[in-house]
Amino acid sequence: MHAHGRMLNAILIAAVVALAAFPLAGSTFYTQLITKIMIMAIFAMSLDLLVGYTGLVSFGHAAFFGLAGYALALMVPKYEAASLWWTLPAAMAACAAFALVTGALVLRTRGIFFIMVTLAFAQMLFFVFHDTKFGGGSDGIYIYNKPHLKLGETALLDLEKLDHFYYLVLVLLVAVYLVLRRILGSTFGHALVGIKVNEHRMRALGFPAFRYKLAAYVISGALAGMSGYLAAVQFGFVNPEIISWHQSGAVLMMVILGGMGTLYGPAIGAFAFVMMQELFSNQAWFGAYAKHWQLAMGVTIILVALYLPQGLSGLLQKFGRRKEAAEAEHD
Amino acid sequence: MDFAFFLIQLLNGLQYGLLLFLVASGLTLIFGIMGIINLAHGSFYMVGAYLAWSLASMTGSLAAAILLGVVLTVLLGVALEWLLIRRLYERDHLYQVLLTYGLILVFEEMRSILWGDDVHGVPVPALLAHSIPLTENLSYPVYRLVISGVCLLLALGMYLLIARTRLGMMIRAGSSNRDMVQSLGINIRLIYTLIFALGVALAAFAGMINAPLSSVFPNMGGGVLIICFVVVVIGGIGSVKGALVASLLIGLAETFGQVLVPEVAGMIVYLLMAAVLVWRPEGLFRKL
Repeated sequence: MHAHGRMLNAILIAAVVALAAFPLAGSTFYTQLITKIMIMAIFAMSLDLLVGYTGLVSFGHAAFFGLAGYALALMVPKYEAASLWWTLPAAMAACAAFALVTGALVLRTRGIFFIMVTLAFAQMLFFVFHDTKFGGGSDGIYIYNKPHLKLGETALLDLEKLDHFYYLVLVLLVAVYLVLRRILGSTFGHALVGIKVNEHRMRALGFPAFRYKLAAYVISGALAGMSGYLAAVQFGFVNPEIISWHQSGAVLMMVILGGMGTLYGPAIGAFAFVMMQELFSNQAWFGAYAKHWQLAMGVTIILVALYLPQGLSGLLQKFGRRKEAAEAEHD
Repeated sequence: MDFAFFLIQLLNGLQYGLLLFLVASGLTLIFGIMGIINLAHGSFYMVGAYLAWSLASMTGSLAAAILLGVVLTVLLGVALEWLLIRRLYERDHLYQVLLTYGLILVFEEMRSILWGDDVHGVPVPALLAHSIPLTENLSYPVYRLVISGVCLLLALGMYLLIARTRLGMMIRAGSSNRDMVQSLGINIRLIYTLIFALGVALAAFAGMINAPLSSVFPNMGGGVLIICFVVVVIGGIGSVKGALVASLLIGLAETFGQVLVPEVAGMIVYLLMAAVLVWRPEGLFRKL
């Protein structure tokens, strides 16, 4: 097991090094694409805390993603840039607050109910921004100026520059991974997994299961908010589509596709999902059917649900275990 | 608000609620009896509406289109249960969500490939295309009353099916203890197939009869699906009675909400749901 962990760490460090080197070689298009993938990876990892570790299948995670984007759009003055130092924490705090209120309600339910209620609350938020003037209606809001990042008077990063933004996202991705791993390694994290396996037993052992689940829900919401904030900065606008249930479905798919309950799996899932999107909507390959790329996506999702329940990382682990077993036999 | 206006809104609200009931009852039965969360249920509503439009323009008669459409959607339901849903019974809800979400994408794109992305109107059958005058300048369309009537008949039929027939007895027994029913020699698999096909056909039928009022447009299933989730949450999972009460509640709340407080109308149903969750997290009713 320890050998396994060391190997994993080595692979992850290699992946981060590769990501850090990428903008030096990659074109503008691919640097932007990888930035988007890393943002979605943060989003997917935040959901993994709920789905993979706590056993809470949320189908409304896009609510936090969208709320943070809108929070940024509403906080930024129209003709000048705002500071990232306070807009990012403020956007995440808004998500944490929304998670606290809705979490207190949705966590009263379980199973199928939980899935439906999380979806319904996300949809409620969708209507708040879709139907009201302050949210810009169905057109959304443009963010004309990207936030600035200054220490005193000197600018640390210029987010208008592609590679500066890329490295900010990469640093945050690594930070979120490390924070989540730290959380999951703590007593709190182990208690969450315990709740997933057997909530009654955890309660009998004296753990306040409801409060633990609520805490996980709030943390997950705030981290999803971080990814939504970054996405809004990258694309320069927000519209209600970012809260739509298709967004919630997509991120759930990333988690499963990559392998839930592993943290790095959902990041792989985000990569695979976005790449598939690019592939299926490639006109050079699929011609007129590129327009209907969701068909291929839908079929893939169905096949993953049926035949790849542990996701891509499960596949790798199985392969690794077989290899280990073969080596053990050899000895 | 004078009385005639109030009456019109009341009838509209009831009609909308009864229509929701057709979709939500199938959803709640599939949840309650088969333990399956079916996100693709709204797609069946959409498929029904598009079938009504295309078959009606082919045959020239909405009634013929509906008849044909119901047969086709029952077959669709049986085929889906056989091919895909059957593999999900023993699986976690997570995979049910995923697979049925994939189905939504497939249905939506198939719709786009087969029928295009345009909005289409479906004419009300000539026989029913008049209105009943209420006052000098207000009147109520007969077709809406017919929809309400048909929905009520179906609701009654469903009650009789579940409460009074042998099949209904097996359904009730199957929902409370699947293994026991099976060991008593009842083919529970067949019952599941029937329930699923019934649910598909009911949702599609709702789409068909409502097509002349709502017209037919892309992504029309999504909104219906989510409202029906709210119905099931409020009514209680697996409860047909609860689905009826909650459907009517939501139909009226949304209709009157749009007239009285249009700014927050979109949110009313969700606030209602939140209130029910605080009060009774399991929904209003718990029995079939």
